[in-house]
Amino acid sequence: MELFLANLNLTFLIASVVKVIFLTFMVIMPMVAYSVYAERRVSAVIQDRVGPNRVGMPLTLLGFKKDLQIFGIGGLAQPLADGLKFILKEDFTPRHVNTFYYWLAPCLTIVPALLTAAVMPFGSELNLDVLGVAQPIKMVIADLNVGPLFIFAISSLGVYGIVIAGWASNSKYPFLGGVRSSAQMISYELSLGLSIVPVLMIFGELNLSKMSIYQDANGWLLLPLWGDGLSASRWILLIPVAISFLVFTISMFAETNRVPFDLPECETELVAGYHTEYSSMKFALFFLGEYAAMIVGSGLCVTLFLGGWSIPFAPLLSKLTGFQFHFEAGHTPLLTGLLHIGTFFAKVFAFIIFFIWVRWTLPRFRFDQLMKLGWLVFFELALANVFLTALLLWLVPLK
Amino acid sequence: MAFVTVERPKLAWHEKIFLSTFVKGLKVTLGHAIRTFKTLRGSKTVVTMQYPEQKWDDQLPEYYRGVPALVTDEQGRERCVSCQLCEFICPPKAIKIIPGEIPSTDPWAKVEKRPAEFDIDMIRCIYCGMCEEVCPEQAIFLRKDYAVTGESRAEMVHDKERLYEIGGVRTGLVNKWNELK
Repeated sequence: MELFLANLNLTFLIASVVKVIFLTFMVIMPMVAYSVYAERRVSAVIQDRVGPNRVGMPLTLLGFKKDLQIFGIGGLAQPLADGLKFILKEDFTPRHVNTFYYWLAPCLTIVPALLTAAVMPFGSELNLDVLGVAQPIKMVIADLNVGPLFIFAISSLGVYGIVIAGWASNSKYPFLGGVRSSAQMISYELSLGLSIVPVLMIFGELNLSKMSIYQDANGWLLLPLWGDGLSASRWILLIPVAISFLVFTISMFAETNRVPFDLPECETELVAGYHTEYSSMKFALFFLGEYAAMIVGSGLCVTLFLGGWSIPFAPLLSKLTGFQFHFEAGHTPLLTGLLHIGTFFAKVFAFIIFFIWVRWTLPRFRFDQLMKLGWLVFFELALANVFLTALLLWLVPLK
Repeated sequence: MAFVTVERPKLAWHEKIFLSTFVKGLKVTLGHAIRTFKTLRGSKTVVTMQYPEQKWDDQLPEYYRGVPALVTDEQGRERCVSCQLCEFICPPKAIKIIPGEIPSTDPWAKVEKRPAEFDIDMIRCIYCGMCEEVCPEQAIFLRKDYAVTGESRAEMVHDKERLYEIGGVRTGLVNKWNELK
């Protein structure tokens, strides 16, 4: 015990707790809320509607001249109102359900989605000399050396939440939704995992923060325009990287049950799918889990292919302006560290907007089309891509 | 039997794998999004009416059926003689009338009856206008008010006073009860 206490790194502990609270409650939760708001507003403008524009931030009550608006569009407090509504609604448990599993399912959906955020490097490092912290603090909760594997291992647990919800509800539509969902998630996990193998081969690395650092110095995987990125081999490797990006992104749509792969909850056939029997906060947890999974998936995609927290053309920008935009271990200014965090979440948010845009563009696939696409196209494509990458790496090795 | 064979359109390879069609779809939705977003800025909507601020009250047609109300004539006499026809015809049974006698001292004593109570339950009312149609005295009319709100069920029952308040005076209709005929 004494040894344990002596070895306890207090700075690390406090920093970790602060990071967990910051990431979960100050970033992901509000981001989920505002993704829902964005979803409603974007779907509205795509369909020539107005969307929720009433629940404003009443700054006029506090003596400001105008209510808070973005681009002249109100309704920014809508997510808060929605959250309040979910808390205040009656939490109804139907009598025909299996109560234990019925209560367990929403937790099993939200927990894996939030757990995977632990290995996401959402910023480079923060130099907190001003606060008297000697070591710069890494902006990742758990800097694991098996980042993507951890994410896949945990996020595949998310299917249990859905299956148990469908089973415990003891009703046919949730049951069908749960069955569909498990089939879909298991199928697409294969291509999801296989699609990033080429990327891992190129990085030679399973640590997500090191991948971000590499891309910061040597060009994003999909944008190799500076550092080592200008070498011939990186440009040739763009072919497998593009294929893997495509397969990964589409599989992620399927993994997170988004349109065009939202068969587990297709309203026209299954009422609401696996969460038909849920109400109030338990329903909100499903909702939260789904959007959190979307955010984490986007984060992973951004980290692997689009440079994570790195600012585009950072080394070149540093040379041009004299201000250090790129990351340098132990010598990154505080402002750059903050900029990196902002960059990461801006990229993730752009990705989520893309998710939403696609949702309101495409119709839903038929179930057999979905399975065919997963097993006959993406699985083979991802597998062939692994060999292609190996071949290319052998022919034109990276430095 | 005559029939037409419809050829399936020949799709190029990029259309078959949803590549070009997907991009086309994204373009369409983005176009709509940008166009609508531009009109939305500053809360100026082209098609959507922002209800409580904007209303169509001045554009309601003549035949618009709003809340039912009772009217008085130019002499201030209640037109209703509590014949209860509207109560009987009312499909959702929203109207309740308790007839009352007009005392012989009243200048309108020969009308004999007027409603002692006249309640319309606005939660039940379906705005069908049958009461107006059936009324032999032209005493009940559907007005153009449509926003009926209340915080309790009791508040949503319009009593006689409220009905006359909404209805007001109607002139120039039948005047069969007048002395000067």
